[in-house]
Amino acid sequence: MRAETDVLVIGSGAAGMYAAIEAVRAGARVLLADRSLIGRGGATVMAQMTVAVALGAETPDHWTHHYNDTLAAGRGLCNRDLARLLCEQGPDCIRAMDDWGVGWARKDGRITQAMAPGHDRPRCVYVDFLNTGPAVSKTLRTVVNKIPAIRRAGDLCVVDLLRNGGDVVGAAALHLGSGAPVIIDAKATIIATGGLTRLYRRNSASANMGGDGYALALRADAALTDMEFVQFFPIGHLAPRLIGMDPIMWDPFRYKLGGRLLNNRGEEFTQNYGVIEDGKYVITRDAGSYAILKEVEAGRGSPHGGVYLSFQHVPEAELRAAFGPVIDRLANNGIDLTKMPVEVAPIAHYHMGGIAVNDAMQTGLPGLFAAGEAVGGANGANRLSGNAITEALVFGRRAGQSAAEYASRNATPSGHADNAAAALDLIAADAGPRDLNTAAMLQALQAIMQDDVGPLRTEARLTRALAQIDSMTKELGRLPPGSPGQGGFDMRRLEWFDLRNMLLVARAVTQAALARTETRGAQQREDYPRTAPEWAVNQFVTQRDDKIELSRSAACAEAAVAS
Amino acid sequence: MSARAKLTIWRGTKAKAGRWESHEVPFEQGQSVLDGLRWIRINRDPTLAIRFSCINANACKECMIELDGKTVYACTERLLPREMKIAPLSNKQLVRDLVTEIAPPGERFGGR
Repeated sequence: MRAETDVLVIGSGAAGMYAAIEAVRAGARVLLADRSLIGRGGATVMAQMTVAVALGAETPDHWTHHYNDTLAAGRGLCNRDLARLLCEQGPDCIRAMDDWGVGWARKDGRITQAMAPGHDRPRCVYVDFLNTGPAVSKTLRTVVNKIPAIRRAGDLCVVDLLRNGGDVVGAAALHLGSGAPVIIDAKATIIATGGLTRLYRRNSASANMGGDGYALALRADAALTDMEFVQFFPIGHLAPRLIGMDPIMWDPFRYKLGGRLLNNRGEEFTQNYGVIEDGKYVITRDAGSYAILKEVEAGRGSPHGGVYLSFQHVPEAELRAAFGPVIDRLANNGIDLTKMPVEVAPIAHYHMGGIAVNDAMQTGLPGLFAAGEAVGGANGANRLSGNAITEALVFGRRAGQSAAEYASRNATPSGHADNAAAALDLIAADAGPRDLNTAAMLQALQAIMQDDVGPLRTEARLTRALAQIDSMTKELGRLPPGSPGQGGFDMRRLEWFDLRNMLLVARAVTQAALARTETRGAQQREDYPRTAPEWAVNQFVTQRDDKIELSRSAACAEAAVAS
Repeated sequence: MSARAKLTIWRGTKAKAGRWESHEVPFEQGQSVLDGLRWIRINRDPTLAIRFSCINANACKECMIELDGKTVYACTERLLPREMKIAPLSNKQLVRDLVTEIAPPGERFGGR
């Protein structure tokens, strides 16, 4: 099958949908592709918490204050152009969402802004109750559905970008519904595939966030940056087993009610790691994850290997006011917060690193753009809470404008790509029956990453992980198992393509983490516990002859985004 | 303590030519039917087809199946220590095993 478009958007979370809307506004026709359903997968729909933006609705604010907090959270590594764009254009996008009817929580007519860790003032908007992400997704879906120039294509899993010389001219994809290969000719392509949390056993995002976009970019010779910085959300739900709710759900309640983090002696402990909480929610994500894991290591953890989060000191009426109907959903899961604490532990939540772009969201490859979490750099070594949806909206909008503009002046006739035949051959490869348990391999990779490339890292663990990634890459082989033409949802073939991406991205993360011999933000090296001034640089990852290459320094930053 | 459920699952690519397959699944109190199906894929048969994105949050709405003849989300339905009969949605076009064509027509590629 074949399709043709001005702008191809890969991924339909908030970044991808906003990019599609904006590209059409700038005159382009768009093909919006997603490997799952349109506007329902990815991270956006899972975001149950808040969105940081200097609206000044609660207290006077200015984007420069938000910018300063973002840079401070990023521990010296933020790409300032990207951080500035995020903070400066955030209010505009949040107001656009308001106009589209997202329903930001209000009090007396004005938008409510909550205080969150790392912010100097109340700055975070949200949609009650636990509904921020679903409301953002639904709002954008509704706008997208009304635009005829956006062609929506779900169940389309992009396998490789197409190249014509140095230019990106579209993509080759596997249509999951039928198993057929698809060529998409596009004048401009936007990667909006989100992050890589699926690499980890405990994660807070969708199963379709396996770093696909990073792998697509690497194989097409684009550069990635800051790949070592994986954010662990400290208080992901651990026990009792809770279904129908996302594990990051406790965050908004800590915003509203504080809550107490306790070890198995019933004592608060964050003060032993330099952060006095005193019933309030002030601990940042890197510090929180560290404190919890160290407490577990010292034998003071909860039965399932985390710590306790307690709201038992909060009066029932206050709990009901803050949690609303969620109280009943918790009761259905056997959880009564007035009588018991829950167990929480760090969970892979977000990736600061990603595709290197300039402030027009343009990569080093003509015709290739990126948006949202797939972009690296804006958040440095540690993301400020609330910045993820903001960057999805702002970067999506910017990428849509840039890609449409590029497509309008790009006279290159579509239809030729140097690597189209190779990509089609791979998607339609017939390796015959191979005894490959792709589901078990995925689980094994998640264990390796969680245990050895998680929040606490050492040279020994990272080296061990690299050796295991190597051997899994060999086991995976060069061709997907089974035969083509066997119909849709051939799970082992789909997972083979997922593993091809995930193993490449896992290697990029691990090698970057191994090279950075210091502790900074989300990179906690137990063998290098200090922050080293000479490491106040960004690392860049490229691929050459199937090998990951690392470089660093500001000079590389410029080279990586030159167009 | 680990209980066991018996999941009897419909398999096939043609609605009229399928077969039932049973697997014993160990589980802990509170786990979901989707947890059980994922356990089978990892430990018994990776070819079992089921679609889901969010795993646990009931956000993606992809894991709709028929459990004992009733339409449910696999991610919010609990495993129970008994035989549970699991089939694809009978009112949607079958793709494979438990996967049916659930996307709105305007969001399908190639007019499938």
